[in-house]
Amino acid sequence: MAATADGDSGAPWRLEAMLEKLNPPRIGGADLYDWDELVQEDRVHRLIYTDPAIFALEMTNIFGAVWVYLGHESQIPAKDDYITVRLGLRPIILLRDSHGKIRALFNRCAHRGTTLCRKDKGSARIFTCPYHGWSFLNTGKLRAVPWPDGYACDFNDAKYNVAQVPRVDSYRGFIFATLNLDAPSLIDYLGPITKPIDEWLDRQPKGLIRVCEANRLKYKGNWKLAYDNSGDGYHVVFSHRSLLEMENRQADVANKGMSYYKGSPDTAPMYIAYMGNGHHFKDKRPNIQKRAGGLWAVEGPAPGSEHYAEALRRRFGAKAEDILDLASSEPVNINVFPNFSLLGNHIQVFEPISVDETDVTWYGTAVVDEDGTMQGAVDEINALRMRTQEQFPNFGEVDDLANFEEIQRGLACQEDEWVYMHRGLGIPGRVKRHEDGIITAPATDEVFMREYIKEWKRLMKTAPKLVVQREP
Amino acid sequence: MQTAHDPTITSYYVTDELYRELLANFTNWQREELAIAAPEVRDHFRLLLEREARLLDELRFDEWLAMYAPECIYWVPGTPGGGDPRREIAISFDDRRRMEDRIYRLRTGYAWSQAPKSRTVRIISNVEVFATGENAARMVRSNFLISEFRVDGTRFLSGWCGHRFVQIADRWQIQVRQVNLIDCDRNLRNPSIVL
Ligand code: FES
Ligand SMILES: [Fe+2]
Repeated sequence: MAATADGDSGAPWRLEAMLEKLNPPRIGGADLYDWDELVQEDRVHRLIYTDPAIFALEMTNIFGAVWVYLGHESQIPAKDDYITVRLGLRPIILLRDSHGKIRALFNRCAHRGTTLCRKDKGSARIFTCPYHGWSFLNTGKLRAVPWPDGYACDFNDAKYNVAQVPRVDSYRGFIFATLNLDAPSLIDYLGPITKPIDEWLDRQPKGLIRVCEANRLKYKGNWKLAYDNSGDGYHVVFSHRSLLEMENRQADVANKGMSYYKGSPDTAPMYIAYMGNGHHFKDKRPNIQKRAGGLWAVEGPAPGSEHYAEALRRRFGAKAEDILDLASSEPVNINVFPNFSLLGNHIQVFEPISVDETDVTWYGTAVVDEDGTMQGAVDEINALRMRTQEQFPNFGEVDDLANFEEIQRGLACQEDEWVYMHRGLGIPGRVKRHEDGIITAPATDEVFMREYIKEWKRLMKTAPKLVVQREP
Repeated sequence: MQTAHDPTITSYYVTDELYRELLANFTNWQREELAIAAPEVRDHFRLLLEREARLLDELRFDEWLAMYAPECIYWVPGTPGGGDPRREIAISFDDRRRMEDRIYRLRTGYAWSQAPKSRTVRIISNVEVFATGENAARMVRSNFLISEFRVDGTRFLSGWCGHRFVQIADRWQIQVRQVNLIDCDRNLRNPSIVL
């Protein structure tokens, strides 16, 4: 530090301070806090949202040790395609190498650490470091070093290849990665939440989607505020009151969008389900009439709604209703811990930046019609589907994010320590535990928060071994 | 354009045809040979842009909406250069009805992202007017800097606009406004004001 700059660099007190920095007394979360004190049955301590030390630990114990969503295969469709993303705070090049294998390379030169790639996306067989010109194949292998005569070392040593995430796996196009060799397989990690994911995909022709840009938002608040919210049925009519009023302002019957939350949401057929491993699932489909066109009937107005609906009905007759449902928002929230949600037609990704700053990106998805079964309607339905997807980020999410920021502000009150998540707790018969381990409850219940934060607590107590891998 | 439908209630004019024309009109339009240097023309459109900025700063949304043609588009691309809104999500892509939705929502009193409301000051500059193939249509480029104060500080939003003006009944009305934020492909904090 500056204060010691002109002191005797050999002073023992200074060496000690340095050693402490090099070997932090705490590795893993075991003795950072009494986690059982911070996370109780009905409440959590404000520190889990505000403490930078807890955040730093999350970047290993959560965003490192569990499967974290990185991107979708349609973003890197061809060999040599790449996008740049983050795994926790680590900059990553997610790519399909020249042989077709999907890899997550640390975006960090093996020489002195500079990022190798500064673009958002592109195609490259070779990454050449802008700083001293070392170049790497997209497998991560070192290809060449300028003026090698100046080195005595053997550059065939694997340590000069780019570090990469050792485990990268996809589930039906969704790419996840973890640095933890002891983590379960991706499919075991996802567990029963694969069922709603499958259903979400399989309502599209051939079960395919294409990612098509995004509504990109950020807020000044802890990332868990977004994950807490992802299954929260309690906030809807309050936080989104302006949206509900807006989308029903011209409706004869005020049934557009999430209107089913009005009145008595806990007696409606929708429900919240905790699915294990921190995942949860809000299923609002039972609220919607199960018929072709049922979803379209409650979709709020969008640019082109009437034109495209009538044009498709003229062309396809009764079959048009199924097609229109593809432009309508699927009434589910499928939340995979810690950073991935499918909701409506969006893929929502949470990316922590610091203890009180988070990126929330709402990737749009388009329908893909590989074999022409949609008889040319795919372009029209996508033109409409882009517009329906823009609605919620513009008129709904912004209000949630404002509320998250205000929570973060409120939590600055140090002496008022507790955040409650006990809605539904202790009411006999309200929360149901099923044989397969799934827990269900009425739509506004906070049981999913209590359960996922238990899983968070378990992970924070562990000391995971995170490793990178390099090409041999 | 004469229409059988009220575009404030239904959306019949957002069609494949509209998207095609929009992309054609917003491609390669800032060409030297089309620039109109005449000061009175530039002044005329500059005054319209300055008025639009003032109305938005003062939240006079009805008068703002009245500057637009009945069938209009407010377009904030999420891709530098605009992208293809038929195949891509935009930050915003509003037709007349959705523009009115936007205003309606802000006025409900429950739009928490705008409660309290932002205070803004817009600076519009570098106004250039371009002819089009049509007599009654002009394209106008301008740069903007919005200083926005809300709750915990002041920030700046900047970029440039492409306005397409059409002359209807002797009045130049805005048919399309494309707002190009310089950071349009980055995560934005609270993008809830009308830009
Ligand atoms: S840091 Fe990359 S070549 Fe030196
Ligand atoms: Fe919400």
